[in-house]
Amino acid sequence: MGFFESFKTGFGAWIRRIFKKKRAKIGLYGPPNAGKTTLANRIVQDWSGGGAMGTVSSIPHETRRAMRREGIMINANESSIELDIVDTPGMATKIDFKEFMAHGLSEPEAKKRAREATEGVIEAIKWLDDLDGVLLIMDATEDPYTQVNVTVIGNMEARGLPLLIVANKTDLPESSASRIKSAFPQHAMVSISALEGTNIDELYRAIAFYFG
Amino acid sequence: MISMREVQMDLISGEKLERMTSMEKVRLILDKVKTGKIVVLESGLTPVEEVRLIEMTMTEIRLDEFSGIEIESYPAKRESSFLDKIFGRKIKGRMTVIGPANQLRTIEKDKYQIITKVSVGD
Repeated sequence: MGFFESFKTGFGAWIRRIFKKKRAKIGLYGPPNAGKTTLANRIVQDWSGGGAMGTVSSIPHETRRAMRREGIMINANESSIELDIVDTPGMATKIDFKEFMAHGLSEPEAKKRAREATEGVIEAIKWLDDLDGVLLIMDATEDPYTQVNVTVIGNMEARGLPLLIVANKTDLPESSASRIKSAFPQHAMVSISALEGTNIDELYRAIAFYFG
Repeated sequence: MISMREVQMDLISGEKLERMTSMEKVRLILDKVKTGKIVVLESGLTPVEEVRLIEMTMTEIRLDEFSGIEIESYPAKRESSFLDKIFGRKIKGRMTVIGPANQLRTIEKDKYQIITKVSVGD
């Protein structure tokens, strides 16, 4: 990237932050099974009353196509923000069909799912070029230092776009949101249970603050 | 007598990486990793290069042959400064280890160290 292009990108991000807009296209990113679709469904149901965005499963890579829902109006902090939510497939650096067979899928089903999952990861990466910000969903029961987390955070920092970390699954006893906070202290974080709705209002306030 | 298989580990200097384009780096890494080598990059990849590597890896996954890569690097050292943001300066990559997903396994990782195990197979 040349100096002029670098300046343009950096300056553009800076200007966007000063003149905050009230509509934003937000991507839900994270490793497989972090709860991205569960959160997307909750946001949609809380604010648009529409049907679920996608199906949820304990088998990884259930979401293999990015799904977008437009015009979700969130009211928080005495202001409104209109969101386009993009629920992306789980990011991964490896996909082994045998892992799906261990979850009970037949070999043909597992191979089909693996092929579709690789396409889903590529689709998630392509969406990074077309977003105003990212909600990075992390499973608070897992080690936060995964390469997917490091890579998504690095990309948002490099692009100068806002990022909000969501420590999910706090309903589980082994969860530790503080472990995530100490891993990435430079970024804002909200801990929630997307499944039970715990602390979800705090997340909506943070969305309005950081993306509005 | 214990029979041992060898694993080749290629340590690539920051100087060499600086002279390469992003695509050349991605190609070099994947060519090595697909033949079972472990690659250590002294100065790592930029975040944008990392996603290009993941994207390219996905296109090269073959069922029963190549299931992808294990890649580990440290989080960025610090938030970029005000001037970095204004001028859009790149955040420099940090030391990175990459290997075949079926051979390289991360045991532990934090801000200061990455512990991995390499399996040599049968």
